[in-house]
Amino acid sequence: MATVELLFSALPEHVRTARLVAAAVARRAGVDEAVLDEVRLAVGEACSRAVGLHRSVGITTPVRVRLTEDEKKFSIEVGDDAPHTAVAEAVAGSSGTSAMDREEASEAEDDMGLAVISGLVDDVEVSAGESGGVIRMSWPTVPASVLP
Amino acid sequence: MDLSLSTRTVGDRTVVEVGGEIDVYTAPKLREQLVELVNDGSYHLVVDMERVDFLDSTGLGVLVGGLKRVRAHEGSLRLVCNQERILKIFRITGLTKVFPIHTSVDDAVSATD
Repeated sequence: MATVELLFSALPEHVRTARLVAAAVARRAGVDEAVLDEVRLAVGEACSRAVGLHRSVGITTPVRVRLTEDEKKFSIEVGDDAPHTAVAEAVAGSSGTSAMDREEASEAEDDMGLAVISGLVDDVEVSAGESGGVIRMSWPTVPASVLP
Repeated sequence: MDLSLSTRTVGDRTVVEVGGEIDVYTAPKLREQLVELVNDGSYHLVVDMERVDFLDSTGLGVLVGGLKRVRAHEGSLRLVCNQERILKIFRITGLTKVFPIHTSVDDAVSATD
């Protein structure tokens, strides 16, 4: 079971809330203070992307964020319900132009979001299918005994 | 924290001071501001990001969009930023090669290259 689970309506204004919650849980889990900025940014990118996907396809279900604290790592899963098959290939090729068409904005924000995530997080996995996609990320935690 | 925006003119440059968080929610306001400036004929922009607490790829997209717009008028868009957490995002996306990034507004305003 996830330590904290968050569901939010696919609206841009709630992405900040997801960032704050993720950073707070990560801090408690023992993620290094210096890495919290990365956690905040990565979860924000993943949620922004999920919100964009839901809105572009007109899906009314919420975006899911699962924050899980394990013994040695802290994991975040951001799930969307947008059917997309081309996303995984786009990430694998790390060029990713297929996702651009969905964005109403002219800037390639979606691609840049994935670029930021893959640049920031060492352990990241992006999967996508007919029923939706998930971005899984994890960070090592510092054992409680060595915390100041 | 929400986004704060203020503009002032220094010589032929327009300095846009940005504060707070630039993300998927607030970035449209920054986009509007940049579009408005270009539409009003300000083609040499300096975006001061010293008071920005958070920047994500949506914000980067808006800045790239702004750069495209000023370049269409042979203008420039320079950034002012000393914060490592913000600079890192420009670095991992390769945008340090796209934007001139200065350490002070004075430096950005007097730059001519």
